Parts: sequence; C-alpha cells; structure tokens
Amino acid sequence: MSAPLLTIEDVAVELPTPRGNLRAVDHVDLSLEAGRTLGIVGESGCGKTMLSRAVLQLLPKKAKLTGRVMFDGQDLVRLDSERLRSLRGRDLAVVFQDPMTSLNPVLTIGTQLMETIQEHLELDAPAARKRSIELLAAVGIPAPEQRLTQYPHQCSGGMRQRIAIAIALSCEPKLLIADEPTTALDVTIQAQILDLLAREQRRRHMAMIIITHDLGVVAGRADEVAVMYAGRVVERAPTQELFKRMHMPYTEALLAAIPKLDTAPHTPLPAISGRPPDPTRPLKGCSFAPRCRYAAGRCHEAKPELKGAEMPDHLYACFHPIQMTEGIGA
Amino acid sequence: MMQLAMPAEPLLNVDNLVVEYGLGNKTVHAVSGVSLQVARGETLGLVGESGCGKSTLGRAVLQLRRAKSGRVLFDGEDLTAMEGEALRKMRRRVQLIFQDPIASLNPRRRIGDIVAEPLIIAGVKDAAERKRRVHEVLSAVGLDPDIVAGRLPHEFSGGQCQRICIARSLVLNPEFIVCDEPVSALDVSIRAQILNLLEEMKTRFGLTLLFIAHDLAVVKAVSDRVAVMYLGRLCEVGPSEQLFAKPAHPYTDLLLQAIPVPDPDVRPVESVATGEPPSPIAPPSGCRFRTRCPRADQRCSAEIPELREVAPGQFAACHHPLA
Repeated sequence: MSAPLLTIEDVAVELPTPRGNLRAVDHVDLSLEAGRTLGIVGESGCGKTMLSRAVLQLLPKKAKLTGRVMFDGQDLVRLDSERLRSLRGRDLAVVFQDPMTSLNPVLTIGTQLMETIQEHLELDAPAARKRSIELLAAVGIPAPEQRLTQYPHQCSGGMRQRIAIAIALSCEPKLLIADEPTTALDVTIQAQILDLLAREQRRRHMAMIIITHDLGVVAGRADEVAVMYAGRVVERAPTQELFKRMHMPYTEALLAAIPKLDTAPHTPLPAISGRPPDPTRPLKGCSFAPRCRYAAGRCHEAKPELKGAEMPDHLYACFHPIQMTEGIGA
Repeated sequence: MMQLAMPAEPLLNVDNLVVEYGLGNKTVHAVSGVSLQVARGETLGLVGESGCGKSTLGRAVLQLRRAKSGRVLFDGEDLTAMEGEALRKMRRRVQLIFQDPIASLNPRRRIGDIVAEPLIIAGVKDAAERKRRVHEVLSAVGLDPDIVAGRLPHEFSGGQCQRICIARSLVLNPEFIVCDEPVSALDVSIRAQILNLLEEMKTRFGLTLLFIAHDLAVVKAVSDRVAVMYLGRLCEVGPSEQLFAKPAHPYTDLLLQAIPVPDPDVRPVESVATGEPPSPIAPPSGCRFRTRCPRADQRCSAEIPELREVAPGQFAACHHPLA
C-alpha cells in the first residue's frame, strides 16, 4: 500500500449567513491513493461540493476553513495563491456539473484547451495545438481538428462535458475531482461519460473523486465510497463491502428509497420521512436521528463517532449499526 | 396510425399528433405523428431523453401548445378544436404539475391564495367553500393548512413546494393530471415521498395520470403502461413489467442498459450507447433511431416503422425488433 496522494484531515468549513454560521463540512477525514477512485455520495446540502471546494481551495471568500488538506506532500490550506494556481489545472484538475458554465462561451474550444496547456506545460503553439487534437480524440470527439475552431454553444451537452474532461486531463493531473459530472446529462450520455472517465483514470493511473447524489453512479465505478449527511461522513467503506453490508441506517434508507427496475409497479417506496436538519442549527445528537427508525435516547444526546468495528476499513458513525452480523439486523 | 387495443373508451386519446416549432427559417419536428391512449384510472408513463418531445407532447395534450395536425380527444371531445370558454371549462378537468416546484409558485403570494387561485378562476364565489377546499387538499398532501396557508413559498423546501403544487392541481377535482418530471428536481429521499404521495392521491381522487420522466425506474414505479419516445416518435408502448422485462425496441433496450444500477456486482456494460441523438431540426429518414441503432440496415433508412404488436399489449415501431 503506497502513501496516500491526498489526505483530508479534520477539515471543517463554516459559512456566515444571516441566520448564523452554517457548518457546511463538519470535521471530515478522508484519504485517497494514486490510481484509485473515491465516490462521495450525499443529497443536496450535505456538504459534498463544499468538501471538494475545500480540497481545490476554491471556497467562497467568507468561508472559514480549518484542518489540513495534504496533497502530494504539501498542505494546500497553507499554500500561497501563486503555488496553488500552478497546481490547479496541472496536478489537480476538476470537472464540474454544468459544462456550459465551466467553459467560456466567447472563446473557441481550441483557445481554451491550448490556454491551459501552455499555462502549465512548456509547449509552443503548434505543439499545444497538436496535443489539443490528441486530447479531443482521446475523449471521443469526432473530427477534433474542426472542433478546435468552434464555440461551446455549437456543441451538445455531452460534447461540452467531453471537452471539459479533455481540458481537465490536458496536463496529466494526479487527481481529478468530478463534481456531479453527469447530472446534467441524459442517461445514455451519462453512461458514455462515466466510461470515459473510468478509462482515462486507468490509463493515466490518476486518483479520482466522483461526487454524486446517485448511489448507482458509484456502485460500479468507485473503489471506495464515503456517504455524507449534514456535513459529516457517516459511513465509509470499500464499495463492495458497503453495498453488501451497510451499517449506517441513512445509507440503507438512501438505497431503499431509490426506485428499482426490478420492483413491480405501484409498490410503495420505503421513503425517508422528514428532511435533513437546518445546517445553521446543528443538532446535539446524531444529525440523522430525527429521521431514523432505529434512533433511541442516546442518538438524540450525543454525536456518534466515525469508527470501524468488525472491519478496520469499514467506518460508520452510528450507535445502532445495522447488519453487524451476517443476516441479523441490530 | 394503429389503434392500440383498449378494453373501454379511453379517457385520453391522442391521434396522430404533430407539433412543430419554428426556429428562424427552420422547423423543429418536436412531435411527429404520435398516437396513444390512456384509459380511465390508468397511469401511462412517458419516457425519453431531453429533446425527445415528451414535454411538448404533454403540453399539446393540455392545448398549452397547439398541434399542427392530429387530434386530442378527452372523454370523447376534441380539445384541438376547442377555444375560449369551452377550452377553459375543459381545463378544469385536466391539470399539470411541473418539474421545478419552486419556480411554479409565485414567490409573493401566500400558499392559501396560490392553492385557491384555480377556484377563483373557475368561478367559485363562496369564500368559505374555497377555504374548505384549500384545507382539504393541503391536508391531503400531508401539510397542515392552519400552519402553511399564511406562509410564502420561500419558507418551504423543494419537496414541500411540490406538495403545494400537487395540492393546487387537485383543488378543482380534476380527472386527469399531466405530471411533467415531477420528481427530477428533488433529492432521492424526498423523491420517494412525492412518488408515494402521487400514488396515494391517484387512488384517493380516482385520477388518471400521464407521467412524463426521463428516469425509467421512476416511471416504472408508478406506471401501468409505459411509452418510450425518441426524437418525436414513439418507439415502444406496453405494460410496464413486460416492457422492462422484454424490451422489443433496441432503443428501449439501450435506455435500460445505460441506467447505473446501485449494485457493485452489476458491472457497467462498457459503451452500450454510442453517439448522441440527432437534431430534431433534421431528423433522420425512416426510423429516427437508426443512426445509433446496432441493428439498423437499409430498410430502416428507407421506411418509417409503424407501431406493431410484438406481444399481447406490447407495440414496437421497429423493423428488426428484439426477440
């Protein structure tokens, strides 16, 4: 086992709001090795995007960040902006949800690709152009030379996301963060983009973080999954292990609430009652307790720590974990 | 077009509907000759990717978008021939729920007034009667009328706003509701609540639904029959279970395979879907799916496939249906 490429240590993010401080990320620890994929799953407002912004050091100006983000031997939190700029786009790349807003509408695709390449790599214009064409071909864009002179609005959503991925891959990043990369896309295009990301990740031996609200997206593609709820990681395990024996009632409820293709029509869905807590009014106990069917006295009084029991790499934050022994619910 | 077998007179009968948009000097062929029927008390799911014309079809049913040709028969009456007062009267019986629940509520009006608005438009003059109806539907969707009626939309979450939209759509006692992606904007845990609520309301108020969505699993959860649409045409129609178990149209099959399954033992099938949908401005000749179809041959580009019965109640528009 090699040393992790990325280590997130005790990271917390607070945002001031008129209603008081909002704790978007509540003391999260995570690590990721080169060549591996981590899936971060959670519903909107759970802090998954803020966590990725903390890694990228792209938080809103007023946000208060504590903790350490160790990337390739340096703490990104304490890095000056000059060094950060040279890291971002080169070793540390990102693909956002909406490919329309992450591409500049008034610059050609070629300009945007070559700009990134020339900013970070010592290449002259013809070499950068050649590399751009190679990259567009690699992400499955037909007639890449012609695409270079086109603008983003001339491409479909799926094409734009491929271009955004080409830009992200242009300088051989060590870590690629894909924040809901397929949420804005249709299901057949989603499958293509997820295939593309997985293929490039293997080929380049990059580390990748896929952030999504869809457990289905990470199930077949991540090595490890972290489930977030109300700013905290509430369960984390190797993907196979997590889906086989989830310990956190929230993970179980989230999976159960997804309509399945093999369920008969008109079967009532096991919905999670209520909604997530107000992030400006943190609860004393477990954040999921008000919606949890296993919650008892202690759950409302104290926060369960994220820890492992039977398996050292399967962590969960729950006083009443489920499926602790094969076939028997707790 | 082919008539689909139906035990009784359908509540909604869409007959060879064509809807086109002008775009500069070009024409967007949004809906190109779609026929479908919805029986009273039935939920018909309508699935397809963005731009396939499913929302346009939903709007054309309600006459919010007028058809170029074809007919929409509701309870035997042709809505496409109606105008003015007659159409307004008919619209009380057919309602619409939109995708974005927050955007479909006026941010400056109180919930009680928003839900009562359709009653005012329908000419219910008695304020006490309106209040009674508003209370009834708000309670039905799981909200406390005494608490919510005086509040503004921004005080509610997306899921609650969708409950309010559902209440508003129910207030005139409609028979038919077009649900256009009603849960796509909602989180997974809230989505299940709203789907269950729609099912409950359907039973309680004896509704008939046209349920439009891009998520096949969501559609299957609520639909008796499912219609699959691609680039303005129907590919396949059939009973939900049957269509999902044995899709006959290659496009239905592709859609089913592309869905990410929340089970790590199911390895994703690499690149089942190739290419992207062509533009509805210049749809391919013959079968519109042929440019992405692994089974396409010359006949597919020459001849438009008609919907044919491939199994009892299951119809596919394909020259080379899957066995």
